Amino acid sequence: MSNDRAAAKILNRTALTKLLVQRLKHDEAVVAGIGNTNFDLFAAGHRPQNFYMLGSMGLACPIALGVALAQPDRGVIALEGDGSILMGLGCLSTIATMKPRNLTIVIWDNGIYQITGKQLTATGGVTDIVAVARGAGIAASEWVRDEAHFEQLLDRRFDGGGPILLAAKIDDEAGKGQTPRDPALIRSRFMKGLGTGRGGALEA
Amino acid sequence: MTWSDTLLGLLKDNDVRLITYVPDNVLTPLLTGVNADNYFLSVGATREDEAIGTVTGAYMAGLRGAVMMQTSGFALIANALASLTVPYQIPAIMVISERGTMGEFNIGQSLVARTMRPTLDALGITHHTLTDEITMPFIVDSSIKQAFSTQAPVAFILSPLLTGGNPAARAKLKL
Ligand SMILES: Cc1ncc(C[n+]2csc(CCOP(=O)(O)OP(=O)(O)O)c2C)c(N)n1
Repeated sequence: MSNDRAAAKILNRTALTKLLVQRLKHDEAVVAGIGNTNFDLFAAGHRPQNFYMLGSMGLACPIALGVALAQPDRGVIALEGDGSILMGLGCLSTIATMKPRNLTIVIWDNGIYQITGKQLTATGGVTDIVAVARGAGIAASEWVRDEAHFEQLLDRRFDGGGPILLAAKIDDEAGKGQTPRDPALIRSRFMKGLGTGRGGALEA
Repeated sequence: MTWSDTLLGLLKDNDVRLITYVPDNVLTPLLTGVNADNYFLSVGATREDEAIGTVTGAYMAGLRGAVMMQTSGFALIANALASLTVPYQIPAIMVISERGTMGEFNIGQSLVARTMRPTLDALGITHHTLTDEITMPFIVDSSIKQAFSTQAPVAFILSPLLTGGNPAARAKLKL
């Protein structure tokens, strides 16, 4: 497992998100954090099992944990920015304690709060988020070395082997899409995608 | 039956199986009861907004949940309620042990307690203060059903009148 932060190549969130979405073959749930993270998930092509967070900075992993606990047979992926995970590092300890085998976390580490004006985050300086995650108890945490390594890491089923955390160093580009700002609709469609909606005839 | 057994029974009657929490003294009998009962799945969170997030994800994936916290924990979740729970229409069940009133020794607790009901009111979140075991079952059972029927959160505030408060804290009061 790669724990060499310095050797991680700088990649691109939009491209990696597309790669990830293409790999999803079993209706995996994807929960994407605030701002660029969910803009790029939307840009990769909407799927019924996507959940887009329009606020609640830092809660992508806790939300994904809830999905993973409720549907233990479904692979669940949380996408989160470095600034966002730094806001609530404690959730890594909670996840390590609960050990959801169907949960994968991907951290997009650009070392900045891109969307608010590119201010530096601690991961742009001294903090190594993979080391933090391992220290929290998520042993299967590693740096993505390059695009080929990312593809190799995704070449698995997401419903077992977790919890896993992958951190990718990315450039300072903005997200490419614009998620519709309709929380009730997002929730309703996500629930339909997970088979828990109650729209019935209205959804037909 | 103690108040805590009755409350856990009401959660069970309504299929609320996931309990996320940050502990508090007054919540101890509830949390002990949850951990002693296989029916419940308990998640100890490190912050109350994290607990709200987990209950949100679980609800959307078909598992009903409640967040247990104390008054000061509620003060950490205004942003999660305003940007997640309320606009996404999540029927999160909140159980809040009320500190800061009727014998509080800690000035910080008494101040933060004053922010709780105004915050709930500002967000239009239904809240009920539970004061006794006679009215509690009707209030809790009907309000949980209303929350899930109307896709809206609800908060139950556990008054010291119901729980007896925290005797250790009361003992610290100056005469
Ligand atoms: C509680 C809270 N604090 C601050 C903000 C402002 N804010 C919105 S997005 C963001 C930066 C997110 O950074 P990161 O997760 O690293 O994503 P990036 O923008 O770099 O893609 C901030 C600070 C907010 N929305 N909520």
